[in-house]
Amino acid sequence: MDTLALSRLQFAVTAMFHFLFVPLTLGLGWLTAWFETRYVRTGDARYLAITRFWGKLFLINFALGVVTGITMEFQFGMNWAEYSKYVGDIFGAPLAIEATVAFFLESTFIGVWVFGWDRLSRKAHAAAMWIVAFATNMSALWILLANGWMQRPVGYILRNGRAEMVDFWALVTNAYGWLEFFHTVFAGWVIAGFFVMGVSAWHLLRKNQEELFRKSFGAGAVFALASSLAVAFVGDLSGMNAARNQPAKFAAMESVWQTRTSAPYTLLSFPRLKGEGNYFELLEVPNALSLMAFRDPHAEVKGLDSFLPQDRPPVLPVFLSFKAMVAFGMLFILLSAAGAWLWYKEQLHRFPLYLKLMVFAIPLPYIAIQLGWIVTEMGRQPWAVYGLMRTADAVSMTVTPAQVWLSLGGFTLFYTALGVVDVWLLAKYARKGMEG
Amino acid sequence: MDYAKLWFVFWAVLWAGYFALDGFDLGVGFSGWLAAGNEEERRGVFASLGPFWDGNEVWLITAGGATFAAFPAVYAGLFSWLYPALLLILFSLIARGVSLEFRGKVQAAAWRSFWERTACVSSFLAALLFGVAFGNIFRGLQIGAGGYAGTFLGLLNPYALLTGLLFCAFFFFHGQLWLAFKAPAGAAARAGRLAGRAWYALAALTVVFLAWSWAATGLYGNFLVRRELALLPLLFAGALVLAKVLLALGRPSKAFLASFAAIALFTLTGFAGIYPALLPSAIDPEFSLTVYNSSSSAYTLRLMTAVVVVFLPVVVGYQVWVYRLFRAPLGAEELKKSGMY
Repeated sequence: MDTLALSRLQFAVTAMFHFLFVPLTLGLGWLTAWFETRYVRTGDARYLAITRFWGKLFLINFALGVVTGITMEFQFGMNWAEYSKYVGDIFGAPLAIEATVAFFLESTFIGVWVFGWDRLSRKAHAAAMWIVAFATNMSALWILLANGWMQRPVGYILRNGRAEMVDFWALVTNAYGWLEFFHTVFAGWVIAGFFVMGVSAWHLLRKNQEELFRKSFGAGAVFALASSLAVAFVGDLSGMNAARNQPAKFAAMESVWQTRTSAPYTLLSFPRLKGEGNYFELLEVPNALSLMAFRDPHAEVKGLDSFLPQDRPPVLPVFLSFKAMVAFGMLFILLSAAGAWLWYKEQLHRFPLYLKLMVFAIPLPYIAIQLGWIVTEMGRQPWAVYGLMRTADAVSMTVTPAQVWLSLGGFTLFYTALGVVDVWLLAKYARKGMEG
Repeated sequence: MDYAKLWFVFWAVLWAGYFALDGFDLGVGFSGWLAAGNEEERRGVFASLGPFWDGNEVWLITAGGATFAAFPAVYAGLFSWLYPALLLILFSLIARGVSLEFRGKVQAAAWRSFWERTACVSSFLAALLFGVAFGNIFRGLQIGAGGYAGTFLGLLNPYALLTGLLFCAFFFFHGQLWLAFKAPAGAAARAGRLAGRAWYALAALTVVFLAWSWAATGLYGNFLVRRELALLPLLFAGALVLAKVLLALGRPSKAFLASFAAIALFTLTGFAGIYPALLPSAIDPEFSLTVYNSSSSAYTLRLMTAVVVVFLPVVVGYQVWVYRLFRAPLGAEELKKSGMY
């Protein structure tokens, strides 16, 4: 493999690993802050126990999100030097702003929260967790505005042999970035909801501290239900957005090969492994694809035939990831709705099979969110910046394949070890249950 | 106003802030065990970093992000040319971070000792490699007409290794001073003595570094032309001496502030020496990456200036508040509540 292929693989490995830990943080911060606020409001010690339990899991998870984040920043310069030079003028700004306005905040106040139990008033201590939750989500906003710019570059002109920023407002209001932000953040909240439901279900099945874990389960279920509905809603908008701004990605997601008006939605199809077209296309709903993509039953939907082969993303992985992600999304709505209903009706204890299922469902939203990133990032190929810079032109010229082999191997080994230890710690503390 | 020049100053200040802050974390990380006599004291040594290290490390993230935004060519060059070195720094920082977080999570001697060793090795490597990287920057990189022509082994030249050792000495001294007023009494007393002795090594290395820089680098040029700049190294020397005096007078927290100033001023001195280059070429100044040929557009720099001017004081404000909040060392009960045993 050459430096390009290796660097892409390394970016995928490190980004996906980083994103095993970040999304839980996005939602569990809000839930922990909510539990602590209940404690402050009611003075009920049970909420303190709940807060400390989820807070501890938050921290174990948070640690890996932080340390693997540095890699993401460094890698742009290390492996994608040509990219950094070409677009740094506009792309660097949101990253620097993220560090300045959000990352400082979360990293500083997490320390205040962990160690400040006896140094702050109860209110101020709860406020520290609200600040952490806010800042982690704020971090996501700036990172996704940066990614949104790669998907749909705006606010720049080509000058001095590079893309220079001329309109920061355009970058900040880029709809692509905001849709990615909401879709990603809500998906992170789904992960947190399912995590809380799953861990609580494990304890409920064993009749440990049932009251405390029922409360936790309820909060997780309601949060997960609201979030999974929101993910689906934003997902629909994101599909429209892709059809408009990245038609090649959209065509790959649906494996649509022919450009046509009044396009039908194909319920069953499978892209050919070699060559063009699908093996089969069954169960077509007339006009549905045009309707979904453009809210107009007769609109033209661009197929892959509108793009030269070298301008198309890899269809199969994008198609499969997209379909699986959507199916998971539907499943999450059903599972969390059932959970919220059973909790509300105080019937959870009568459905041990459901509880068992929810324990095993913990990894599912993680898989879904990774699939989502495969759709987003592989779907953007062959471009690093859609329509502006090809990935092949973005890679560092002075870095040798041997160097990247070494770093890729190092990351893979190192990260695997860290991941195993962290998941083991999470499981250990999750099983331990609450104090007092 | 020339924003590129202003951003050179911001860039220098962010790095200075990072080294002065994370310097004591790294120093405690690799040398804290020397001050701790038993398990109880080791816990206190690590707990002294607990509320701070993460916020300190963000100075590095910000310095990196600011380099990306304000000097994209420097960012691209520094990180891709020094790929193996940066990779090692990255691994070291990751290992350092997790060892601080994981150490207290399991109550078994073998577990703790494993993460203490990891913290030691990783912190030392990070300190050394930062020094080596900056030593090479001070000395100039092999940037020629055809781009970068250096090798990894070429980075490990004697001058850069000396700078690496100097950084280690700085952080050793800085970390021990921190412990001298933050660690449990026994460890604090030992740390004070260690810092006192380490100071002589630090002072000697500083003298050698300054002499060698005179012989082997162009760092002094700017100071000869613009004499007011000489204030930086003079203040640096003053702060370094003051730190020793204050320590000898039994005022370790004040001595720590002096050493904080010394590290910041040392970093600023180095940057003042290489100006207007951010990455000087050892082959010909013509090939150096400077504020003139590698900065972002005026629009971007103006925007980033606004961000820094508005938000950095806020950051400094709440970080100072946190240092005051945790001025008194953490008690046993607090440690228990934190989950850091």
